[in-house]
Amino acid sequence: MKDILRWLPRIAECLAMIAQLTRYERQLALFILLALSICGLAMAVAGTGDPLGVHGAIVLLAAIAGTFWVISGYYEPEPSDDRLDRYFDDPSRLGIILAMVWVVAGLFVGDWIAWQLAYPDLTFDAAWSSFGRLRPVHTSGVIFGFGGNALIATSFYVLQRTTRARLPDQLSPWFVLLGYNLFCVIAATGYLMGVTQSKEYAEPEWYADIWLVVVWVTYFIIYLRTLVRRKEPHIYVSNWYYMAFILVVAILHIVNNLAMPVSLGHAKSYSAFSGVQDAMTQWWYGHNAVAFFLTAGFLGMMYYYLPVRAGRPIFSYRLSIISFWGITFMYMWAGSHHLHYTALPQWVQTLGMTFSIMLLVPSWASAGNALLTLNGAWHKVRDDAVLRFMMVAAVFYGLVTFEGSFMAIRAVNSLSHYTDWTVGHVHAGALGWVAMITFGAIYASVPWLWKRERMYSGRLVEVHFWLALAGTVIYVFAMWNSGIIQGLMWRTYNESGTLAYSFVESMVAMRPYYIARAIGGLLFLIGALVACYNIWMTIRTADQPADQRLGDRPVPALAGGTAPQPAE
Amino acid sequence: MFNLHYRLERKTIGFLLAIIGVASIGGAVEIIPLFTIHQTVEDAPNMRVYTPLEIAGRNIYIREGCYACHSQMIRTLRDEVERYGPYSLAVESKYDHPMLWGSKRTGPDLARMGNKYSDEWHVRHLNNPRDVVPESVMPHYSWLGRTELRSEDLGRHMVALRRVGVPYTDDMIANARSDAYGQAAPDTPFAEGVTKRYGAATNVRAFDGKPGNLTELDALVAYLQILGKLTDAAHKPVAAAGG
Repeated sequence: MKDILRWLPRIAECLAMIAQLTRYERQLALFILLALSICGLAMAVAGTGDPLGVHGAIVLLAAIAGTFWVISGYYEPEPSDDRLDRYFDDPSRLGIILAMVWVVAGLFVGDWIAWQLAYPDLTFDAAWSSFGRLRPVHTSGVIFGFGGNALIATSFYVLQRTTRARLPDQLSPWFVLLGYNLFCVIAATGYLMGVTQSKEYAEPEWYADIWLVVVWVTYFIIYLRTLVRRKEPHIYVSNWYYMAFILVVAILHIVNNLAMPVSLGHAKSYSAFSGVQDAMTQWWYGHNAVAFFLTAGFLGMMYYYLPVRAGRPIFSYRLSIISFWGITFMYMWAGSHHLHYTALPQWVQTLGMTFSIMLLVPSWASAGNALLTLNGAWHKVRDDAVLRFMMVAAVFYGLVTFEGSFMAIRAVNSLSHYTDWTVGHVHAGALGWVAMITFGAIYASVPWLWKRERMYSGRLVEVHFWLALAGTVIYVFAMWNSGIIQGLMWRTYNESGTLAYSFVESMVAMRPYYIARAIGGLLFLIGALVACYNIWMTIRTADQPADQRLGDRPVPALAGGTAPQPAE
Repeated sequence: MFNLHYRLERKTIGFLLAIIGVASIGGAVEIIPLFTIHQTVEDAPNMRVYTPLEIAGRNIYIREGCYACHSQMIRTLRDEVERYGPYSLAVESKYDHPMLWGSKRTGPDLARMGNKYSDEWHVRHLNNPRDVVPESVMPHYSWLGRTELRSEDLGRHMVALRRVGVPYTDDMIANARSDAYGQAAPDTPFAEGVTKRYGAATNVRAFDGKPGNLTELDALVAYLQILGKLTDAAHKPVAAAGG
């Protein structure tokens, strides 16, 4: 504990945000925080007696804390113009720390509710601790908390390196990162209070949704302003994906969250759509949250970190073009495969199935492009667990996209839908692909961002790798088994032509697999804790010689020249 | 083609517009016609709307995340029809803002749960599922019966629902609170208004077994008992397609 207290000031020093802001930006920050305080106060007053009031109080407290913080550093000297010769990496640093905080919280809740399915009384006599309320805390915690922070952090890092331009200002990246985390906190605390729209992966209510739009538009503007000022003639592949991620998530978010609040003092709202149209809109959103949040964003990450870490150029520029546009076009048709044999018209189901199968082409083009990039660097994959994280991620990406296309076939879906197979499929993607590529990118970035030669412990990276891989494999195998058994038991007839098993019998058969799944999840959680320790120790061992990556600085305004890029 | 792309990837705005254009096609083709093609949703002229108490119950169902483990969508497959009942029609969720079709069956489908079990079974089951189904892994919801239902704003909920298309009358909205109370208090003068406004087939019972106080348990059981009962369209031999 004493140790932590001793190092806190150093962290604060690393993140001395206020001193980096110009005087004008400090004033603007105070203005934004004032506006936010007023919003929080209004919500707290209008929402008295409603969960909205609690969220108003949270917003108000966050804004007041921010105001004190800005004021405390207000009279620090302004940053010198030297800063323009360096990349602006502090938001990326904090983003990575926040991603690690969220992943531990999200995985912990996930594993807790996994154990609840085997031991249902592993709960308190309180509403917030039941499966239904904790489940979105888990999904949002890992997808938006962990994944989102990792995407913001890495996108800022990659954007600057691949455009050779510094971020446009010092305030807006902080606004995006902190504003986004405020959204995540409102989302997670809301679920505990029972605030949810019930739309999977779009559970936060209308006021949180509006706030996210504000944050997201700012994020997009940062991207745009940096790209316009780029010193590289071409926009690098990673940025195609990050841009698609930002743009399409905005479209999906706005359309699927159209809703009518009960009043400005109620957290509750009613979806603008109903029944079959609502189902189609939701799964158009839901599947493309997978496509553009969990795939496009992380492909952007992969296209930078994997070739850089391997020291090899991307295998094929043309393959990356085909796969990018294939994914951007076809994914948007695939959502209706979540609704096979339902009351959705058959023509929409058929379109969804067809495009889901065709999606295998661009998906495998991406996975193949990543793996072929490693040709000539396989000895590094053997020796370097960080690169191995990325390699395994690409392998899982290939496996999961194949499985996804397969499960979208109507006949297969009749068995797999509503079962744990879907849960297994999602986790093969989330643990095997998204988390693995993110851990790889984080392990690569942390020494770069904190100017260290390497991670504190290579062996702990190795330990994390094997825990993560073992956890994922146990989880996925358990869910394959339970899902297929479930699906078969539900449709098995006995000789007299009646259903052979009651629903309860199928549930009892799941128990061993639920326990195995919870153990797999626990291994994955332990791995994330090991990563936290390793990252923490890397940050605090400041005594090592600083490692300036050669030429890791933006091109000054007047100079020309092209920097080596991971591709081309 | 690749030469074209070589030029496109040098243009920020052009690239952004290309992404928006390419990504918008799929959703537009699949979603917009669902609003314009009349046959998408069958006609069911006799379909009734949810009562205020059932809306409150539905909101509790959403609040507690019941949809995470229970679907409300019986697919057009023989085993599902034999296990749960007639397959679900689009019209049955016409007034569902949002729909609760679900995506996972950790527990069974609930689309035809209405009046399948007694109120008492539901009360005991929600209080502790393992009292009636020893193998169940469902959480217990014992606090619902201890929590008074928040009913003073139900009229405003109905106004919001009317704004998104549910045909509530001014009369229904004005009496929202007394109807919510009356539906769970059969021997009071308030009960009459419920059947008058929502039809004689409406369940008017002391759902939690304790007349007099209106609890969240009343609301949730009232909702569970109406699932699949808003219209009998699904039970007709050939569901009449609209037109």
